[in-house]
Amino acid sequence: MSMNVKYKIQDLNLHYGEFHALKNINLDLPEREITAFIGPSGCGKSTLLKTLNRMNDLVEGCRIDGTVRLDGEDIFDRMDVNILRRRVGMVFQKPNPFPMSIYDNIAFGPRTHGIHSKSKLDEIVEKSLQNAAIWDEVKDRLHKSALGMSGGQQQRLCIARALAIEPEVLLMDEPTSALDPISTMKVEDLVQELKQNYTIVMVTHNMQQATRVSDKTAFFLLGEVVEFNQTSELFSMPKDQRTENYITGRFG
Amino acid sequence: MSWLFALCACMSIVAVALICVFLFANGIPAMKEIGVFHFLFGTKWAPKNNPASYGILPMIVGSLCVTFGAVIIGVPIGVLTAVYLSRFCPKKLHSLLEPLVQLMAGIPSILYGFFGLVVMVPLARMIPGCTGVSMVTAAVLLGIMILPTVINLSESAINAVPNSYYEGALALGATHERSVFFAVLPAAKSGILAAVVLGIGRAIGETMAVIMVAGNQPILPRSIFKGIRTMTANIVIEMGYATGLHREALIATGVVLFIFILIINLAFAALKKRGEKV
Repeated sequence: MSMNVKYKIQDLNLHYGEFHALKNINLDLPEREITAFIGPSGCGKSTLLKTLNRMNDLVEGCRIDGTVRLDGEDIFDRMDVNILRRRVGMVFQKPNPFPMSIYDNIAFGPRTHGIHSKSKLDEIVEKSLQNAAIWDEVKDRLHKSALGMSGGQQQRLCIARALAIEPEVLLMDEPTSALDPISTMKVEDLVQELKQNYTIVMVTHNMQQATRVSDKTAFFLLGEVVEFNQTSELFSMPKDQRTENYITGRFG
Repeated sequence: MSWLFALCACMSIVAVALICVFLFANGIPAMKEIGVFHFLFGTKWAPKNNPASYGILPMIVGSLCVTFGAVIIGVPIGVLTAVYLSRFCPKKLHSLLEPLVQLMAGIPSILYGFFGLVVMVPLARMIPGCTGVSMVTAAVLLGIMILPTVINLSESAINAVPNSYYEGALALGATHERSVFFAVLPAAKSGILAAVVLGIGRAIGETMAVIMVAGNQPILPRSIFKGIRTMTANIVIEMGYATGLHREALIATGVVLFIFILIINLAFAALKKRGEKV
């Protein structure tokens, strides 16, 4: 099975001031598949995720060397950061709907990118909410505050909000860590659906989740990628002793 | 020891209660004697006439007009300054601007009045048809005076907005400006409204600076370029020589002012409560 590489990460090093947070990362993330990043806290997996849409630009003292290519284009060179973030949506660890109506939350991205026609926005809002499998739950209260929803609904709203700008990639930073098991299951099912149209990169602390949803898994330790392989292989026959120790629960 | 703290707490309660009692005990009988309707809606203030006339509508209108003007000038400048300080300003500049704003809050109002008299009044005279000491001069000066209140409270409200809103907007491809104005600022809305309400309270109660630049004619203003008298000015200007019913009418003016302040404070409390809920 041949696949296209969506993200090509080469010799990536990242420093926060004196701290060397990512060390010589080389990864090819496949298109329209789900890649999971696993590893203990502080191992750099979230840092790498935030590098992919340049959210690290906000961090003071952050220095990046090496290249990250999205469809062959270097995201640190010449690419406009706002266009990058339009192509690469992000869902955060804690659901962060804006304190406005459900409708306005979804319409925020399209409005940012110049869509103001009411009928077009209506269409995008409905389609995004349907794609995020939450339309039926909220269609009667689109103009109510998004803060009145449950945590699981809020997270699916945030996924819908990210989908509304029609990205190519969806970055998810522990998207279910703040959710109960049933909401988690709904989000996992949703992610499986979305992979048909989107490249998904997901950071997770939960190894069962990685095995349930991802196609490929990268195991991080102390800022390095120790092992990157098909999820089924990485979990059934890890090549590196450290990976085995981690997935069998000997540390982490 | 706790009785001592309780005593201290009681002091402020007692002070407010005493002020209330004094104001209403002296003011209400005068209002009755003059007639509440005539007092509040009478347009003629002539305590020395025979028979005397005590209508404070010109002063109520004067106070409301200069306050409204101060809000129009002070609120946009103040809120945008707060946005700048909170989200755009380089750190070094911030450490210079912040104490300046604090200092502005500490300048005695009489000094603002001097500034108005010496700098703004001559400038206002250059406007055709403007008498110099006028409603517009007072409104601009008050607009400047409420800036520190509006800036400080708005900035705290903006700083209190969780960073996740800002990051969420950026992640959708919004620019820094758009993220601040369309995701962060709406989240700080009730805090900013509370800042505005407190600014209104400051403007309506201001006395010394207003007297120096407003002209103080106790007549209904015909134009924003003509002089006006506020309720506070009315009290201060005439209290020195007033006796009998005239004196009581001035205290009754204070009652009206007090009720305005009460309404403003209730609005502030309600907005604060709403802000905490969100």
